[in-house]
Amino acid sequence: MPEAFPADSVGLVSPQHFTFDAPLELSCGRSLQSYELVVETYGELNADKSNGVLICHALSGHHHAAGYHSTADTRPGWWDAYIGPGKPIDTRHFFVVSLNNIGGCHGSTGPRSINPETGQPWGKDFPPLRVRDWVTSQAKLADRLGITQWAAIVGGSLGGMTAMRWALEYPERLRHCVVIASAADLTAQNIAFNELARRAIRSDTNFHDGDYIEHDTSPRSGLALARMIGHVTYLSDALMEERFGRELRSGTFQQGLDTPIEFQVESYLRHQGDRFATDFDANTYLLMTKILDYFDLAREYGGNPAKAFSNALCKFLVVSFSSDWRFAPARSHEIVKALIAANKDVAYAEIESDMGHDAFLLPNDRYEGVFRAYMTRIAKEIGAINTEEVVS
Amino acid sequence: MLRIDLDILQQWIPMDGRVLDLGCGDGTLMSSLADNRQASGYGLEIDADQITACIGRGVNVIETDLNEGLGNFQNDSFDTVIMTYSLQVMRRPDQLIDEMLRVGKECIVTFPNFGNIRTRSYLMLRGRMPVTKQLSHQWYDTPNIHFCTVHDFDMLCEKRNIRILHREVVTERFPDKQLKGLWPNLFGETAIYHLAK
Repeated sequence: MPEAFPADSVGLVSPQHFTFDAPLELSCGRSLQSYELVVETYGELNADKSNGVLICHALSGHHHAAGYHSTADTRPGWWDAYIGPGKPIDTRHFFVVSLNNIGGCHGSTGPRSINPETGQPWGKDFPPLRVRDWVTSQAKLADRLGITQWAAIVGGSLGGMTAMRWALEYPERLRHCVVIASAADLTAQNIAFNELARRAIRSDTNFHDGDYIEHDTSPRSGLALARMIGHVTYLSDALMEERFGRELRSGTFQQGLDTPIEFQVESYLRHQGDRFATDFDANTYLLMTKILDYFDLAREYGGNPAKAFSNALCKFLVVSFSSDWRFAPARSHEIVKALIAANKDVAYAEIESDMGHDAFLLPNDRYEGVFRAYMTRIAKEIGAINTEEVVS
Repeated sequence: MLRIDLDILQQWIPMDGRVLDLGCGDGTLMSSLADNRQASGYGLEIDADQITACIGRGVNVIETDLNEGLGNFQNDSFDTVIMTYSLQVMRRPDQLIDEMLRVGKECIVTFPNFGNIRTRSYLMLRGRMPVTKQLSHQWYDTPNIHFCTVHDFDMLCEKRNIRILHREVVTERFPDKQLKGLWPNLFGETAIYHLAK
């Protein structure tokens, strides 16, 4: 029932499709002759189109960031904890735009889409992408929406990298850049985990060298394993201990019995993996992890992130989480240090949390307070909130 | 109204100056310097609520544990590095002052003067660690682990070849206000130092 949606939810939402017929030149040298983006928006664009907030999703994210697609949905969009009326990204003040990036598998042009040249799905032949290609396609979306300058571009993890790339590529097109649980590039350990995930997918006999669609199958087992590996790295040791410990889901330790034993953590991981494998595309996963691996904010600036940021015109909020070992606080320190060296406006908070990398998606009082304070300030700046008004 | 030490130190901040405020609290001083001196820069703070308050008022606050030094900051990258009422909570105040003088061309430090007549007499007459309006903690739960007097601080500066550009002591009490000029270490409640290498 619609009236069952919480009062601070954006409620029922439906995705929109935008088709772009002008070719998109990609950094690999190839181009997409035309492409489609699937987009959700929450809130109203104001008269001077100054209240747009762009949400950049992470590795396996998509356009459905907030609200519900139907009254039967058991769970809302992936960032519903932070987007909605009265939430930090307050849809009473902001026009929030969330899209599935190209290369994705949730409706935007990607490996599952039909290659117009062959009439067949792109599959493994989909062009390799860089974060900057996403930024370019998002800029075209902004043009379509009539937004010349975003009030803020916000992203966690890979989304934070996308937001930073925006600040360098289109400095005049954003007022604020919010970079959460992110890094200026991946560490060797990060790349190693991504390669484990890719190897898991490629090793699945149903992968068929990437041509699984033609074989009318999907490397589900490989995808599930890739997700399980990823999932372990998104959680913290402390959280897993607290949530699962050595608790058994089935079986017993009693001697003399050979019934199989299953730990709760095994069952949980299997469930996460299987759920992911049913709707995610393997070629998209390979493509997206490569985008992450190749991202290097400062490569073209002589490897100097301060020099890279010297092009930025926006203000920054950087947030990290204490138990995040995939994008550790030390990686955020590097970003902050570079921003300071470039003499940019930046605020930085390191949030105490046991939730690991996933903390950026989950409720946390302090994180919410910091996020809300920053977004409220932006809302005041663009005149979406009267500065005299007391904000609840 | 600004705390008296925060008010006095503003005169030593150059117009359009680049300022670093260590232990910036809720950002009151940074905001005031932005308004009055068109200063820019960063505040460093460790307390969660204070950081949120800074963010809300648009102060560039960086969550930092000052006991770990100022590694994020380059040599001579600020006109003035300020630390008000935080010296006494630092693990190694002397090393932090060295760091401040490395990062800033000038420094301003304010601290409670433990040589004040009230703390002296409290200890002498009651035989207990002084608890005053300014220093309101008990000895066992106080964050203040390195008290010093005006005289002590003068000696540190001399030993480290730190130039004292200005020194003021302030008090809101009467007749201490008249007497502090003659006996700063006895009647000053708060010491304010303007320093350079």
